[in-house]
Amino acid sequence: MGRKLLLEHVNVPGIETLEVYRKMGGYSAAEKAIKTMQPDDITEEVKKSGLRGRGGAGFPAGMKWSFIDKKSEKPRYLVCNADESEPGTFKDRYLMEKIPHALIEGMLVSSFALGAKTSYIYIRGEYFYVLRILEKAIEEAYAAGLLGKNIFGTDYSLDVHVQIGGGAYICGEETALLESLEGKRGNPRMKPPFPAISGLYASPTVVNNVETIAAVPHIINITGDEYAKIGVGRSTGTKLISASGHINNPGTYEIELGITVEEFIYSDKYCGGIKGGRKIKAMIAGGSSVPILPAHLITKTANGEDRLMTYESLSDGGFVSGTMLGSGGFIILDETACVVRHTWTLARFYHHESCGQCSPCREGTGWMEKVLHRIEHGHGTMKDIDLLLDIAKKIEGNTICPLGDASAWPIASAIRHFREEFEYHILNPEKVKDPKHFAHEPFVSSNVENA
Amino acid sequence: MSKEIVFSAETLEVVNKIIKRYPEGRQKSALLPVLHVAQAEFDGWLSSEVMDYVASILLIKPIEVYEVASFYSMYNLKPVGKCLLEVCQTGPCMLNGADDLVAHFEKKLNIKVGETTKDGMFTLKTVECLGSCGTAPMLQCGADYHENLDETKADVLLEKLRADNKRSRYC
Repeated sequence: MGRKLLLEHVNVPGIETLEVYRKMGGYSAAEKAIKTMQPDDITEEVKKSGLRGRGGAGFPAGMKWSFIDKKSEKPRYLVCNADESEPGTFKDRYLMEKIPHALIEGMLVSSFALGAKTSYIYIRGEYFYVLRILEKAIEEAYAAGLLGKNIFGTDYSLDVHVQIGGGAYICGEETALLESLEGKRGNPRMKPPFPAISGLYASPTVVNNVETIAAVPHIINITGDEYAKIGVGRSTGTKLISASGHINNPGTYEIELGITVEEFIYSDKYCGGIKGGRKIKAMIAGGSSVPILPAHLITKTANGEDRLMTYESLSDGGFVSGTMLGSGGFIILDETACVVRHTWTLARFYHHESCGQCSPCREGTGWMEKVLHRIEHGHGTMKDIDLLLDIAKKIEGNTICPLGDASAWPIASAIRHFREEFEYHILNPEKVKDPKHFAHEPFVSSNVENA
Repeated sequence: MSKEIVFSAETLEVVNKIIKRYPEGRQKSALLPVLHVAQAEFDGWLSSEVMDYVASILLIKPIEVYEVASFYSMYNLKPVGKCLLEVCQTGPCMLNGADDLVAHFEKKLNIKVGETTKDGMFTLKTVECLGSCGTAPMLQCGADYHENLDETKADVLLEKLRADNKRSRYC
């Protein structure tokens, strides 16, 4: 355990430059792939590796590639989703900022595998300074003949461009991203058709997350079979986790999938335990959209087994007692935090970010924000709790894209596991007047498991 | 507006380079990046005249620009102060003191969120997650991220921005 692929060389001085990146073995996977492999062989290796989409959904990357319409006469596109906007997630930013060529090399190998001649990296607007880092790296790659015409002396040519967004969480949804890349509002499209058939400019398109694309050269270097040996079961390889909240060492970590949640939270190699030695209260394991878990379900599953940092173990127990690995945006709340307040900020986020296309999401997110606001500020009624659950239920599954679900899950799970805390706000309006109401006197649940 | 709404020759070159990234006839794809360029060129916001000008350059209808500019949070549809302070307030930043930081700026600048100081120097805005959760609380001013902020660091930053007296810009 403890193997590093993506961040192995992150501390090497100058790793952001092409020169040092190549010294550390960079672009050898691209050379191997383009000079000695057939595009379909690369897809086959990615399939064998078991690599799953690292943006949040966890869909097998090789399978996604294999859906691309090869009969179409239109050009094919690879679009990299660098619209990292899920609260708690900042791993792609870290990777692009520190080792920009890891993404460029991944774009090169993946574009070759897909038969794309032009590829785009769509980066969130707020990451303007990262855009400059990527542009510099791309310029270096062109100058060295690693992008442009006849790469490695073959007949393969590729152009890579970076597109800057305008500030909209919804553009992390792949079809909204494509709309935005076409110069439109980020309204998600109805699927089907899927982008593999009709994506950018109605052409066959694959959209992959930054981390997914950056993993591809490593798979080519060590082979898909070797990559699949890292991790546990269907959670293969390494994963970047961005850790934040009430922990001693916030930051981005590369883990081998399969380490325990306990190790991740308490080991000095990773989060280094809870700030100030306080008690842990809750965990959001995979970005703000995934269900929040209370203390007794964090390091152990409901069955008493060790909870692992894998897709399967984190979702053990479904939404009753489990959560999701999601994007790897790992947020810890300690006993001084207020779950109601935190959930309200998330509701405000989803309300702000709803594209407005589907009425359940457009109206529901605003309604949930309002109700949570009044509960948090001591103006709620007991009926409000069930009202929230009712709205969440009516949004879930009733929208074009998953933003609706993403807005409903944090609220439904917060009520499921912390209902008493919501009730406390309603019964003790005077005590929650101070925004930091639990900072000095933590809320104590009467539920023994939660206490 | 006193300034004539035309890109400088250098800016026009940048814009033409952006347009060349897309297949022929797909110049509308350049809209988001070009709006950023326009905002930076014309005092940090997009007036309808500026948006009409962008439409004329990309050969699209003005409404295609308005609907995009009004959708994304980074385009300002009314004038803002010289320095736009965008303080993140979502979950992880809230856990680490974003509320106090916002309150501090309100007090220090004597304005509420959404307002601009009388001297036109600062506009205070709260924003949703900027991907800086591990270095919370934070704010963005132009392209710069200012992270791990506390009241002292916030004051130092305000002084520095005031002394520099430059308009904040993303690009």
